[in-house]
Amino acid sequence: MSSLTETVATGSRGRGGPRAPRPRRAGRTLGRSIPLVPSMILIAVFLLGPVVASFYGSFTNSALTGSAAEGASFVGLQNYLDLFANPDFLQSVLLTVIFLVGSAIIGQNVLGLGLAMLMQNANAVVRGIVGTLVVTAWILPEIVAAFAAYAFFHDDGTLNELLALVGIHGANWLYAVPMLAVILANVWRGTAFSMLVYSAAITEVPADVVESAEMDGASGGKRLIYITLPMIRRSISTNLMLTTLQTLSVFTLIFVMTGGGPGTKSSTLPILAYQEAFKFSQLGYGTAIATILLVIGAIFSIVYLRALKPEVD
Amino acid sequence: MGMTSPSGRAMRQVSNGVLIVIGVCFALPLAWLLLASFDPTANLTLKWPGTPTLDNFTAVLTPDLAFLPLFNSLLLSAGCAIITVAVAVLAAYPLSRYKMRINKPYLYGILFGTCLPITAMMVPVYSLFVALNLIDSMWGTVLFMAAASLPMAIWMMKNFMDSVPIVLEEAAWADGASMMATLTRVVVPLMRPGIAVVFIFVFVQAWGNFFVPFVLLLSPEKQPAAVSIFAFFGQYGAVAYGKLAAFSLVYSVPVLALYVFTSRVLGGGSALAGAIKG
Repeated sequence: MSSLTETVATGSRGRGGPRAPRPRRAGRTLGRSIPLVPSMILIAVFLLGPVVASFYGSFTNSALTGSAAEGASFVGLQNYLDLFANPDFLQSVLLTVIFLVGSAIIGQNVLGLGLAMLMQNANAVVRGIVGTLVVTAWILPEIVAAFAAYAFFHDDGTLNELLALVGIHGANWLYAVPMLAVILANVWRGTAFSMLVYSAAITEVPADVVESAEMDGASGGKRLIYITLPMIRRSISTNLMLTTLQTLSVFTLIFVMTGGGPGTKSSTLPILAYQEAFKFSQLGYGTAIATILLVIGAIFSIVYLRALKPEVD
Repeated sequence: MGMTSPSGRAMRQVSNGVLIVIGVCFALPLAWLLLASFDPTANLTLKWPGTPTLDNFTAVLTPDLAFLPLFNSLLLSAGCAIITVAVAVLAAYPLSRYKMRINKPYLYGILFGTCLPITAMMVPVYSLFVALNLIDSMWGTVLFMAAASLPMAIWMMKNFMDSVPIVLEEAAWADGASMMATLTRVVVPLMRPGIAVVFIFVFVQAWGNFFVPFVLLLSPEKQPAAVSIFAFFGQYGAVAYGKLAAFSLVYSVPVLALYVFTSRVLGGGSALAGAIKG
């Protein structure tokens, strides 16, 4: 991790200007950095440690039970070779991408932006009630949200009940189209974040710019494409990255709603890593999947930090 | 915004209509939760309770079923939030007040840490806990949850601390106060609202966390509400939906209350957004 942060740091060097302490100040700097020590210890032991162990463990054949549980031996790239030869894993990668694109990049972002813009034009009561409902789904503990979504999409649930009212016999959503169900559930649960980010961003767009465009006869669609979106592009990229990272680690929602099933039809990477490691006791194999997830997360994080260069001074 | 033209009014009507439709979609799953909890014969269908009662709540609110798990949740979340806030205040102080060579790499490391998917770490964390003999240990779980929430907490805390004027500290330094004395007597009292926001943020996340205690705690008597509610769902879920909904509501109330408190009293909505925006 230190080499990664080093890369990020060098990438933006020269903005703040060098403030290197002189050698005789070394003792004082050391004293001043003592308050950092507890945080460093906690992070090193509980975050950095597992990440490093994860990379190492993914090269061993360790298991939860059996002979391999005692002395795990080095197996090189075997776990990764197995992984890429395993259709379940490749399917899981695909499902994860579908989940990310469907629920985060398209679902939450577009709906969040749409809600934020509609709220600009709506009356205060509607805005308040709808906003509260959207935020409530987001504030609820994840497991409670998962129960509610489960009840909604279940064969005997609310959705099919409503469809029956208009004479449609609904499908058994959780079995027939599990990915669609969990994607919609995650949109339901997560859109509030995007809505809040975009609402804040839109209020910062100067009103006179929008008004003058309106005078010049720009239609609503044109104002959106040529004025609003370019002016909030920084919020859009921030939000895209954050929702993608949050969605990448969604576990509870899918675990409760479908358990990754039926079969492995909704096993995204976090679910698959859990199943391999704890259900089938293949710790090394599960660790390899976890490592790939961490690498994907790390790549996204670095892209995010490089693109947005948050101010750290 | 001035919306007086006819097209503006039409636009407002359309916006209201679309918003109401979306609002209903968002409300339906929540409505089931609410109605089922008061319905002694609840199933998965959304229906008005024939005779609304509090039976589900009284059936669930027993020491074994609800109070012990909720107490465990409180222990885990409060422990995690206290440790996180204490460690984050300490770490934020030098980062906010001194120009040190370590600041930049450290802050970038912190930001990088906020982005890592914690879910992905649970398999290696489990291995680490086996190696350290910390499986089924409340303290181990609290420490891991604190470490996992530290990057975001330090980042938020530093931003709050940056907005506390340095003038008062300079006076304290002139009087010969040490760094720790300045921090605890001058800075911390001045940034109480910020500390409260971070505390609540960490507490709420820990309260809602299912996966971490699910993997790291094994004994039923140590498990927090998030995990026991899931066990309840697995064992009785097929028959006792009303009780499941009632338990879920009881478990959600503290989080909802803290959110309302934060946004109304502390103006935390914008504070949180500010921290997240980076």
